[in-house]
Amino acid sequence: MEEITLQQVIFGIVALMMMVCSVLAVTSGKILRAATALLLVLFGTAVCYFILGYTYLGAVQLSVYAGGIVVLYVFSILLTRSDKNMNERIPRGRWFAALATTVAGFVLVAFLLLSHGFALGGIPALEELAPGVVGEALIGTGKYQFVLPFEAVSVLLLACMIGAIMIARKH
Amino acid sequence: MEINVVCYLMVAAVMLFAGVYGFFTRRNLLATLISVELMLNAANINFAVFNRYLFPGVLEGHFFTLFGIAISAAETAVAIAIMINVYRNVRNIQTDDISDLKG
Repeated sequence: MEEITLQQVIFGIVALMMMVCSVLAVTSGKILRAATALLLVLFGTAVCYFILGYTYLGAVQLSVYAGGIVVLYVFSILLTRSDKNMNERIPRGRWFAALATTVAGFVLVAFLLLSHGFALGGIPALEELAPGVVGEALIGTGKYQFVLPFEAVSVLLLACMIGAIMIARKH
Repeated sequence: MEINVVCYLMVAAVMLFAGVYGFFTRRNLLATLISVELMLNAANINFAVFNRYLFPGVLEGHFFTLFGIAISAAETAVAIAIMINVYRNVRNIQTDDISDLKG
């Protein structure tokens, strides 16, 4: 009988929270509650990255997603008065078809994951990846280094920023 | 002490299919975008977990996740700009009401 470590307890709680909140985020009738559930899911994802040892990734997840994107969501919910018009009346046949598709897909994926032998091993928790390694790989020009995608993403972000300003500007 | 890979992958699968369900059933554009974020997050978790599990020595999945986060931030910004513009013109962001581009 192996003893249960603290990481496993934390992962169990966070995994349960993520699953419940991701279902809440798509079923809740109030959109602000859905956004809050999304925020909790994003926090849980960051905790997963921390437990995996990718602390830099967890920090990026916290600052970009939980800090930036959710604030953007909340502001645009208030700007477009989405909480007033969330009348979600869709035809019963379509709702049933969507539910059946979702459940069938999930059952298929879960069956593949559980029946296939490739994913039965474990990941040792909390072997931290040093941020220096990430930084060197991110701005290095050699093999297995990523300066070109980094520059491409920065140009993409600039283009998106200009595009967003152009689209949302008042004429 | 180890955490089984299947645990991570099942959480990601639940998130992915919750996103699929929301994408099918939601009417509000912002709620649809929330579903898309859930799906992107599930994919990001899978990249990180498979990198950690199969090739702990290299960082490809880690950087896929990193760039995925950046790209989804850009996508969200542009989508929300479009929605605000739609709201300014139509006064509503339900998917049924946006049919002006239909011939």
